[in-house]
Amino acid sequence: MSAYAADVAALARKDLRLELRAREVVPAMSVFVVATLVVFHFALPRNSGRDAAYGLLWVTLVFTALLGLGRSWVPEREGRVLDGLLLAPCDRSAIWLGKSLATFAFLAVAQLVALPAFALFFAPLRGQAIAGVVLADVGICAVGTLVSAMAAAGRTRDLVLPLVFLPLAIPLIVGGIGSSIATRAGSYLLFLVLYDVLFSILSWASFEYVVTE
Amino acid sequence: MIKAADIEKRYGRAWALRRISFELGPNGFLLVTGANGSGKTTLLRLLVGLASPTRGSLSVAAEREQVGYLGHEPLVYRDLTALENLELYGRLYRVSERRERIGMLLERFGLWEARNQRVAAYSRGMTQRLALCRALLHDPSFVVLDEPFTALDTAGAELLDRELATLAATATVVVSTHDPARVAPLATARLALA
Repeated sequence: MSAYAADVAALARKDLRLELRAREVVPAMSVFVVATLVVFHFALPRNSGRDAAYGLLWVTLVFTALLGLGRSWVPEREGRVLDGLLLAPCDRSAIWLGKSLATFAFLAVAQLVALPAFALFFAPLRGQAIAGVVLADVGICAVGTLVSAMAAAGRTRDLVLPLVFLPLAIPLIVGGIGSSIATRAGSYLLFLVLYDVLFSILSWASFEYVVTE
Repeated sequence: MIKAADIEKRYGRAWALRRISFELGPNGFLLVTGANGSGKTTLLRLLVGLASPTRGSLSVAAEREQVGYLGHEPLVYRDLTALENLELYGRLYRVSERRERIGMLLERFGLWEARNQRVAAYSRGMTQRLALCRALLHDPSFVVLDEPFTALDTAGAELLDRELATLAATATVVVSTHDPARVAPLATARLALA
């Protein structure tokens, strides 16, 4: 394994270990996603159709991700640990990648709860919709980890994260809903892949400038 | 080693540091003193590269892997154990014979018995000892310590005295402190911030 990959693995493993101990992020995301789907189940009129339900699923997924992203840099903010990581001679983008991978894992666990709950309350999900969710998760983690790092540095972090992240997540919602309801979902999935590639490269390249003074 | 010419640092509208100039050669020992709010921490953050000066020029001839920094905060994860924290930093700093080095430092700083406790359960003094272990883990040649005696008991402070004496012979050291008499015999240069 290259030194870069070893650094990323060590940083991601550290986040998973912290979550296994503190159990702060994944349980909160799982409870939130189920509670929101229950609320929507009763709020949505019976004859609204499946398309409206898929729309609500994506709103739920994005806000669940926002909940997790808001907590993602808390361990680094306490005791200014991020300073220690920035001083280490590893490539600083490894810090972003390690955090993104851990966030992806947390999101995936929350969705293992969310998607069956959606199928139970609303409608079954096709394979293309699940592919859309996975691809959107990659984009959410890439962009969200960068934005939450930027937000964590300021005093108005609770405001900055949704204000910056939600507009950037609109293409993901468009692609995700398209992949869920369109008969030919290929173009929407391709759109999500392009978003993931483009924003992963941008986030990877800009992380160092975002977190240093 | 360090060349600072008229460096200034501003946060928003407030100046944290105004027109500071000094030089320090290799293996020099700089003692930084000053009242609260005089800019000692800001200066030390500039020296290790955690911040950039707003004005002036600052050159430090040390790569990141050569810098050992002890800040006001311990820079360790509270929900990891001392061993896990040092393992992580040791990996990121590519410390050779990592386990041996970590074991030796924990032993030397009196934390070996508490190595598997989470940092959250540590006292302030134990956390400071762990922060010193983290700062010295990779055997840095440029050591920057911000108020290193904070929270240390008598035994801890005497241990740090010995560490500083060793470092003074082998590394370039910058120390800020409110107790300059303790470090003064080692200092080759002094900087008093107003």
